[in-house]
Amino acid sequence: MSGGVDSAVAAARMVDAGHDVTGVHLALSRNPRTFRSGARGCCSLEDSHDARRAADRLGIPFYVWDFSDRFAAEVVDDFVAEYRAGRTPNPCLRCNERIKFAAVLDRGVALGFDAIATGHYARLEDGPAGVELHRAADDSKDQSYVLGVLTAGQVARSLFPLGGDLKTDVRAEAEARGLGVARKPDSHDICFIPDGDTAGYLRSHLGSTQGPILDEDGTVVGEHDGAHQFTVGQRRGLRLGRPADDGRPRYVLDISPVTNTVTVGPHDHLRVSRLSCIRPTWAGPRRDGPWRGAVQVRAHGAPVGATIEIGAGAEVVLDEPLVGVAPGQGAVFYSGTRVVGSATIAATDAMAVPA
Amino acid sequence: MGDNARPTRRVYLDHAATTPLLPAARAALLDTLDLVGNPHAVHTAGRRARAVVDEARELLADALDAHPMEVVFTAGGTEADNLAVLGAAGREGRPRILTSAIEHPAVARAFEHVRGDAAATDILPVTPGGHVDPAAVAATAGPDTALVTVQWVNNEVGTVQPIGAIASAAAAVGAWSHSDAAQAVGHVPVSFAASGLDMLTVAAHKVGGPVGIGALLVSRDIAPAPSSFGGGQERSLRSGTLSAPLAAAFAAAVAHAVRGLDAESARLTALRTALASGILTSVPGTRVNGTDPVSPGVCSVTFTGLRASDLQFLLDREGFDCSTGSACHAGVVQPSDVLLAMGRSRADASATLRFSLGWTTAPDDVTALLRALPTLVERARDAA
Repeated sequence: MSGGVDSAVAAARMVDAGHDVTGVHLALSRNPRTFRSGARGCCSLEDSHDARRAADRLGIPFYVWDFSDRFAAEVVDDFVAEYRAGRTPNPCLRCNERIKFAAVLDRGVALGFDAIATGHYARLEDGPAGVELHRAADDSKDQSYVLGVLTAGQVARSLFPLGGDLKTDVRAEAEARGLGVARKPDSHDICFIPDGDTAGYLRSHLGSTQGPILDEDGTVVGEHDGAHQFTVGQRRGLRLGRPADDGRPRYVLDISPVTNTVTVGPHDHLRVSRLSCIRPTWAGPRRDGPWRGAVQVRAHGAPVGATIEIGAGAEVVLDEPLVGVAPGQGAVFYSGTRVVGSATIAATDAMAVPA
Repeated sequence: MGDNARPTRRVYLDHAATTPLLPAARAALLDTLDLVGNPHAVHTAGRRARAVVDEARELLADALDAHPMEVVFTAGGTEADNLAVLGAAGREGRPRILTSAIEHPAVARAFEHVRGDAAATDILPVTPGGHVDPAAVAATAGPDTALVTVQWVNNEVGTVQPIGAIASAAAAVGAWSHSDAAQAVGHVPVSFAASGLDMLTVAAHKVGGPVGIGALLVSRDIAPAPSSFGGGQERSLRSGTLSAPLAAAFAAAVAHAVRGLDAESARLTALRTALASGILTSVPGTRVNGTDPVSPGVCSVTFTGLRASDLQFLLDREGFDCSTGSACHAGVVQPSDVLLAMGRSRADASATLRFSLGWTTAPDDVTALLRALPTLVERARDAA
């Protein structure tokens, strides 16, 4: 229970369904802030208090489980290391994969619980090969992407009681149930960067080292103070002195942490039609390729039809190009509304571009 | 866990955190709850309220072998501890304070605050059994020491400190002495006069009185500085209107507990011994922390190879209320500083639960805990 409205209503529904429910709030920060500020972050002491009060209201036991060391090691350190290596990680995916549906679930099962229920918007359906993970009914809130890293075993131990509802209905239900969090704003941003300044966070963790900004011919067109502060597809903050020959805006096409260079070019060159992925995971039965499905590469991105071929990793040929795809991002594979699995993007055909 | 029916009977084993209200305290509270009048007012109603407060003061003083004028009522143990530490911090020519490594946060945190004011702190180590050596006090305290403060009975492991010897070592160099006796009163004999202490903390709700009141006993020979300001009630040391009902209930609880101390102490000692030896024989990999002399009310046990928070959680589900006894920050239990100071590893300091016994504890409670523990310890070890 994060202290937000979704997990509170999810817990309430589990209680109504007759389960023996215990509320668990995760302490993920080693030095939590006292208060929450607006919609930023989700791990302040105020959030913990809100979760505790929701549990009181539901009449269920409530505990805070301290996973701050695991979170620091597996999510925060990994996030910084990935940027250092020039990749663009998704820490929420990582947290679901390593903390919420792994360390937390494992501890719960070891302590005698059967399953973990969360306020994520995703649906579970019984299929011929077991429980299937599907997109939520509420398109605008669908969180199946960040759950795409779950294994079949994890999905089988999970419950998502909100997957069939609209967020607005969940808020109304919280209000009707007298839950104090009914009007609490949704949280955005990365929970461990509560001010939302990811670039500043990375600068403070990775330092500043000046390096060149190059165009695709290798001509120096500007300077930066740390390649790791940039993301493929980024346009703002390049501060290029010289305009491009065609006068059109330039975007980050590639980041090379080894040479500390940032390569820029026109928007067209951000287009990607092939993804080479590593570390495939399967939310249900493994699907050896090639097969037709859809791929989504960011939490609120649109899925794109693709042919997916599974070997040691996953080779994805997109039906239409995607823009601004960076190594490190998670690619989640869908078949219709069903999540088949996921993999981590290691390379794209745009990276071969300078040509 | 749907197949596990919730326990109907609960066993409360966290008396060191707070103990249920004694019938004598409840009666005193109810008798005075409708009393009108500010005890600091001079009219008839005020005099009646003041008389209740002063009767409570006399009863409390009598039970603790102190003079009524030495009783300074506070809002609880924390305020009394703070007052003792901050009240001594400004002593002329004495910038140092001396304490032990296993003090309650109400003392330790106040010290940290004082340290920010440039007073220096000497921290005495403790033995692996959890005791302060009075010879170390004598060797460390000096003419620049303002205050020596050592907890009478430790709240986590129950060890009883040689307070008399510590107080005389302090007196030998002109330092004031203070002891937090919140866990001592009602469990071990406490005589303020015989102890030689200059100040002593007592908290009502640890003895069966209500939460919200405590006292600092302050010898008439010293004049600590106030740390709160207002109407100058309570010897000009502590300002604020006193609650006559709370004072009456507090004194009734302490008087009751002290009167019955010998019998209750023997009863709890037998229960604690049964609990400790029962755990040591029925659960492998366990260790009881704190060597004699130890309070009959506290039984601290390290269960090697698990997280105390997991075992506490499982016990809670089975109907047992107990705690780690150490500081808890927003629901997250930290490794115990007391156990670390006693030389335990961080793993062991995070694998320790405190079972604390009190006036409602019955032999059945201990039997039930001993029956439940082996399975739950095994499960918590699997989870770790």
